[in-house]
Amino acid sequence: MAKVVLSGNEAVARGAYEAGVHIATAYPGTPSTEILENIGRHYPEVYAEWAPNEKVAVEVAMGASFGGARSLAAMKHVGVNVAADPMFSFAYTGINGGFILVSADDPSMHSSQNEQDNRQYGKFAKLPVLEPSDSQEVKEFVILGYQISERFNTPVIIRLTTRVSHSKSVVELGERKEVPIKPYVKDPAKYIVMPHHARLLHRELEERLKKLKAFSEATEVNRIEWGNREIGIVTDSISYQYAKEVFPDATVLKLGMVFPFPDKKVRELAAAVEKIYVVEENEPFIEEHIRMLGIPCIGKDKVPILYELNQKRVREAFFGKSKREEIDISDLPPRPPALCPGCPHRSVYYAAHKLKLTVTGDIGCYTLGTMPPLDAMDTCICMGASIGNAFGLELAQGKNFSKKMIATIGDSTFIHSGMTGLAEVAYNKGITTVVILDNGVTAMTGGQQHPATGKTLRGETTRKLDFVALAKAMGIEKVYETDAYNLKEVKERLKEATTADEPVVIVNKGKCILERRGEKFVPFAVDAEKCIGCKICLGLGCPAISFDKEKNKAQIDPILCVGTACTLCSQVCPTEAIGEMEGK
Amino acid sequence: MMDRPTGILAVGVGGQGIILATEILSELALSAGFDVKKSEVHGMSQRGGAVLAAVRFGEKVYSPLITEGEADYLLAFEKLEALRNINYLTPDGVLIANNREIYPAPVAAGLMDYPSDIEERLRKCAKNLVLLDAMELAFKAGHPRTLNVVLLGVLSTFLKIPVELWEKTIRRRVPGKAIDANMRAFHLGREQRREE
Repeated sequence: MAKVVLSGNEAVARGAYEAGVHIATAYPGTPSTEILENIGRHYPEVYAEWAPNEKVAVEVAMGASFGGARSLAAMKHVGVNVAADPMFSFAYTGINGGFILVSADDPSMHSSQNEQDNRQYGKFAKLPVLEPSDSQEVKEFVILGYQISERFNTPVIIRLTTRVSHSKSVVELGERKEVPIKPYVKDPAKYIVMPHHARLLHRELEERLKKLKAFSEATEVNRIEWGNREIGIVTDSISYQYAKEVFPDATVLKLGMVFPFPDKKVRELAAAVEKIYVVEENEPFIEEHIRMLGIPCIGKDKVPILYELNQKRVREAFFGKSKREEIDISDLPPRPPALCPGCPHRSVYYAAHKLKLTVTGDIGCYTLGTMPPLDAMDTCICMGASIGNAFGLELAQGKNFSKKMIATIGDSTFIHSGMTGLAEVAYNKGITTVVILDNGVTAMTGGQQHPATGKTLRGETTRKLDFVALAKAMGIEKVYETDAYNLKEVKERLKEATTADEPVVIVNKGKCILERRGEKFVPFAVDAEKCIGCKICLGLGCPAISFDKEKNKAQIDPILCVGTACTLCSQVCPTEAIGEMEGK
Repeated sequence: MMDRPTGILAVGVGGQGIILATEILSELALSAGFDVKKSEVHGMSQRGGAVLAAVRFGEKVYSPLITEGEADYLLAFEKLEALRNINYLTPDGVLIANNREIYPAPVAAGLMDYPSDIEERLRKCAKNLVLLDAMELAFKAGHPRTLNVVLLGVLSTFLKIPVELWEKTIRRRVPGKAIDANMRAFHLGREQRREE
């Protein structure tokens, strides 16, 4: 078969296709998003959808498994926290059709709020964990995962990391093997986890783990690659690649299945080599297990627990810092990310900054509202936290404090886990102001559909969630829509809402500018004769606007500016110096 | 002992076509019969931040990453990013840099200055330097978006991969209506090297 270069995420999609998966679901989250995007784009044989959140995704995939289908749910590491509740019960019930949960972890937090190590979930929920180290293995492990799932009656976790998900390597393609959907058979003792069933199910689960441990001892994905006998390295995931590069001649125990742990293979290695090094990212998951067996090893004493590894960090961990002279670049200006030119979120953060509001934030592009000069965010914790955080601040600091505060949350994030927060505010007599930043897409992860866009993952027309009607149904009377590009309206509405003695919901509407790339806009320019160099427009934090110190004038980059789509700079300019470029 | 893989690091600003350039490079390496790996960082970098993508190819490649001192070629789409990533270059490495400036947010806001001595510092740090106005060549080729292929054109004169294979791979990966402009961009890039 053909050889192609695929990312780890593309290889998950390919593996699901070849394994005959019927149903795949996910909530987007870096670094996992492209798994479902690729299934949606390339493999019509597999049903593919965006779920409102990761918990729903797992519940749907679980139901599909009960219904005899092979199913898959994909998410980023923190998404597994959201989905943990059904996952722990799923470990008890076991499966009917095979099930895989793909957890894409983010060591170094390239696009995340923490670097939790989800190998721990395997041990915690008592589920087998597979860890591929390149794209070919990703594809093979997906196929193997379904075999394990169905042979042992268990959900299976495949744990990726950013560098497995987003690095590309060579994959040999195979054919899809169709798997028939099994019949659904009513079985309350299996599918109803009420206490007297669950007690028996837990007993079965412990028996299953023993069998899985025997499998882990025997499987080829846990293998010793014999080299010299001075050093034996135990490693997993992408760390294997770094270890092989740094220690090309060492003996390596490569763990493709880290839970249940293959004790005998480690003992075999320990008997044959002089010393054992453990090369793993973040937590000492493997190391602790080896130590528990009474085998001495060198791991986190040398290998950093913080941030992702690479060949340089592994080399320096064991051989010390390289003596290479570094060229000093510490004086260079940084290049931080910013809200895009024309971003519809800008008006809310600009107004909040001007009104000196306390702003609880949430997870999405709009977290960038914290960057100077907007500097308009106080908290950002996890998906949906903005609303609960705001109400808690209100309870602690009182209603007058709350009258200078807003919660800001994106449309997709609100559906993910903001709705319950809003119910809390309405129910417990809050006066919190909630601004739903409705840009009509899940933007941060690259523009995915969600239940309020009116389109499915595959672009079919569907029902559309109505934020205004939803807020009203919760009992909130003051619900408004604002035009994200009308700064005066946004500011006035925020002022009014924050001073009200009741909860207010503002739906700030403006389509994500990245979703409007096909449209023609006339860029704006600065009339140098009218510009007085007051720098007010710079307060918008728009990447297209810069300041020419020599001329003491603002200037606008016509390639970056979306002008007529946005107009915010012309609205803040006190001398009407900004407008459409002449001659266009 | 195997030969160390060849490392190419592409750096610049979101939206400059860096990811596509490295996609083309990895397909090229595969069709030339090499093992190849590629890595990049997604997420926050898409919002106007710095972008970094790496391609490594050779007989066998383990790590998909390029760390400091491992880039045989540094392909810089923007001048400041060239200097920011200069420590990735091997001592004998080749720096191919677009001399255009894109202001980062602190410079645009007037809080910091765009360094005026970048070219001087690049000349001092990189033994092998090709500094060019790739944007002008891209416009000449017919579209500013062919910037990435101009830089690939320069790079192609250093790598021992047949020019026909480059052309074939670029044709396959760029949008259909942009093939001619990209072919012009590729050859304008190649001519840059000869003119030195």
